[in-house]
Amino acid sequence: MSETGIGASVKRKEDKRFLTGQGNYLHDIERPNQSYAYILRSPMAHAKINGIDTAAAAAAPGVLAVFTGADTAELGGIPCGWGVNNKDGSPMAEPKHPMLAEGKVRHVGDQVAVVIAETYEQAKDAAELIDVDYEELPAVVDMVKAISGDGPLVHDEAADNLCYDWELGDEAEVNQAFDGAAHVVSIDVTNNRLVPNAMEPRAAIGEYDKATGEYTLYTTSQNPHVIRLLMGAFVLGLPEHKLRVVAPDVGGGFGSKIYHYAEEAIVTWAAPKVGRPIKWVAERTESFMSDAHGRDHITHADLALDAEGKFLGLKVYTKANMGAYLSTFSTCVPTYLHSTLLAGVYTTPKIYSEVKAIFTNTVPVDAYRGAGRPEATYLLERLVSKAAWELGIDQVEIRRKNFIPKDAFPYQTPVALQYDSGDYDATLDKALELADYAGFPARKAEAAQRGKLRGIGFSTYVEACGIAPSAVVGSLGARAGLFESANVRVHPTGSVSIFTGSHSHGQGHETTFAQLVSETLGIPLDNIDIVHGDTNKVAFGMGTYGSRSLAVGGEAIMKALGKVTDKAKKIAAHIMEASEADIEFKDGKFTVAGTDKEMAFGEIALAAYVPHNFPHDQLEPGLEEQAFYDPMNFTYPGGCHICEVEVDPDTGVVEVVGMTAVDDVGRVINPMIVEGQIHGGLAQGIGQALLEACVYDEDGQLVTGSYMDYCMPRADDLPDFKAATTETLCAHNSLGVKGCGEVGAIGSPPSVINAVLDALRDRGVSDIAMPATPQAVWKALKAAETPMAAE
Amino acid sequence: MPSVTMTVNGKQVSGDVEGRTLLSTFIRENLDLTGTHIGCDTSQCGACVVHVDGRSIKSCTLLAVQAEGADVVTIEGLADGEELHPMQEAFRDCHGLQCGFCTPGMVMSAVDLLNVNPDPSDHEIREWLEGNICRCTGYHNIVKAVKQAAQTMRGQAAAAE
Repeated sequence: MSETGIGASVKRKEDKRFLTGQGNYLHDIERPNQSYAYILRSPMAHAKINGIDTAAAAAAPGVLAVFTGADTAELGGIPCGWGVNNKDGSPMAEPKHPMLAEGKVRHVGDQVAVVIAETYEQAKDAAELIDVDYEELPAVVDMVKAISGDGPLVHDEAADNLCYDWELGDEAEVNQAFDGAAHVVSIDVTNNRLVPNAMEPRAAIGEYDKATGEYTLYTTSQNPHVIRLLMGAFVLGLPEHKLRVVAPDVGGGFGSKIYHYAEEAIVTWAAPKVGRPIKWVAERTESFMSDAHGRDHITHADLALDAEGKFLGLKVYTKANMGAYLSTFSTCVPTYLHSTLLAGVYTTPKIYSEVKAIFTNTVPVDAYRGAGRPEATYLLERLVSKAAWELGIDQVEIRRKNFIPKDAFPYQTPVALQYDSGDYDATLDKALELADYAGFPARKAEAAQRGKLRGIGFSTYVEACGIAPSAVVGSLGARAGLFESANVRVHPTGSVSIFTGSHSHGQGHETTFAQLVSETLGIPLDNIDIVHGDTNKVAFGMGTYGSRSLAVGGEAIMKALGKVTDKAKKIAAHIMEASEADIEFKDGKFTVAGTDKEMAFGEIALAAYVPHNFPHDQLEPGLEEQAFYDPMNFTYPGGCHICEVEVDPDTGVVEVVGMTAVDDVGRVINPMIVEGQIHGGLAQGIGQALLEACVYDEDGQLVTGSYMDYCMPRADDLPDFKAATTETLCAHNSLGVKGCGEVGAIGSPPSVINAVLDALRDRGVSDIAMPATPQAVWKALKAAETPMAAE
Repeated sequence: MPSVTMTVNGKQVSGDVEGRTLLSTFIRENLDLTGTHIGCDTSQCGACVVHVDGRSIKSCTLLAVQAEGADVVTIEGLADGEELHPMQEAFRDCHGLQCGFCTPGMVMSAVDLLNVNPDPSDHEIREWLEGNICRCTGYHNIVKAVKQAAQTMRGQAAAAE
């Protein structure tokens, strides 16, 4: 293994600029003569707009323009990227999502008007002068109420607020599996609504060049080409060759910066109208009420088991909150990213899943780290643990008994996916050892002496990422392909620029991708640059989400590198007067087999651009190659998370005293970075389980609208993590990589709640919802103590 | 508009500001030192932490005019030329940063911790950094970095004696 190649914990190339304040985030960009936008947002969850008087605002100091929905009504709505059909085959309800409200507001934070002024303060001050005549309407927040038939309608064109009623599997067939079951275990779980909260708030600058007719949008995006396509083609009707989208250093995304947002369209559309660049930066409060939220499922599930605890069948009924409008990938999250994961790591032969997607007067909900897979994992692992407790089977044993064995791959699940590789016993074994499971009874007894209730919780999971084979997702309703692009440009002196459609917003691509190049071409990291985030530089690519950067973007780079080495071998053969078949390339050197002739990679690069004696009918000058890679299948990382908690029965405080994660993410390119990704996911998983909840009151007011109210995990809320990996290689990509960005957030929440329940079991508590706050735990303990008092 | 004068990263600077201008805004917009980040509007996130007269402070909690005459150090002033401060070096070594947005505030806060407590325990580090939110790292590697920097800096202090 080389010090800079595959498998090395190379220190990150990007760190120096971030550590010295030289990062180039959107808020840091100043365009010449730029103006500033402030978005006036709805203070109400649901209201008719009878009129908007902007005269006073337009006349306020520094104001350049004020626009409302009346100005943008002719433009397209913010599009949804995935169509899902109802059980009867009819298409989902897909009401327009206007960039500025048209006649009605549907959630607190809905965009009503934009003020553009010389300074941000002037724009914000002037917005206070806009007089909006709202006629407040009853709002609906609760999903059950929304589809009850007598709730207020968020959209007139969505009867009963139903976006779709979808299913996977044959319910009657699964019912048959239940008929012969020795046990049926049922559970009702809520997957709490979360706010992604990347630390950099969203921002955008729109700019128009009168001379060339070219628009430029600078935006905080995980996928600038996707934004160019959605905004250019569907909203503003701008041709792609006249629209450049730049996503510079982006301060975290976690899914929330995948989507096309109204503010991007507003500043781009308005730029030629005011004749100046327009900058908009969200205040954190705006982020809470306008960034797409995550999760928000209510699920009932039944698991059928035989007398020995083998799973026979699973039925899952889910209500998924879409919020007020359909965000870009909202519709596929509870369906194709959730229901297809319900086999988990188990051999359950029959599975049925029904999903009702529901409109409410809340912020749109879309993918957040894990997207559908955490919801599937949570309900499944809660259900498996509950079954073990009810049937008196050990938590480890029930899992092992039902694991897909390692020799069963490729394994076809009953819910569409075919897992290519895995070894769930291996991850479980390693996790049991790292967590010292054998020592748990002693630790529990010791904790009891201190008056603490100690519990241990398990989650054994698999997820589907490396998103995604275009043919598969296309057949399921995706309105896009999910390939990735890469371009390898070898410069005459042998340094290399890689242009990738992936986008790094914390994942360390500038390092990991450079390691692939260093390994393949045998050149030092300092000679390699990774270029991303600019549609004028990079070929059309799909961006970063769904743990796809390495498994799809990295594979595209490998494919382009292969073309480069093929071409370089031709050049080497020509110069060294050998047969191409005799050329070998290793450690950056081209050699002729059986001779001492050799040329360095840099010499070949130079020759490619100084082709004085090339046979031009056989060999083109230059050394630059392009590749697009479309994966054959999803990738399937999996693992075991074991959480250990101590609960203070007097206060309800839960302390995570141990968090062990053993994940099989396939081949690891940079162990340091992979471990960091897993840590981050675990923190978000523990956050979901114990701290975070996005709360609306029944009128649709956002109660948790700032960091004063929404509990972000802080340093003193979290433990040290024990993270390790095992390795089975992905069977369908050249690197054998699976993806590591989401595993922490997918696997960990049920392990935490199962640990809390294990701690509270002896006190008669059998259920607790996320987040298990001190108040919730204390109430559950009190209710179990005095059942009458709880009523 | 009132004018304000202070020392920032060793240089005397002055500018005209509105009375309501925050120190964080003055640093970013008047001085173009954009390493100090704005991550919230309720003084919770800590991305804007700088040193004022030697102590870490969230620069969004001060008006620029309140810093009249103060000695301010921002993330841009921490390294010694090309040589990173031991805390910056340790964050890089330990992978204590991912997207980098919280990093300047986190580093400035951690440096001040070591000023007042050169040998903090894990618990003390986690408590001290409670006012700096990171969404990427889960803090594990940040704690590791602070410990490493503490060790380096204690070694340097001992060598200097």
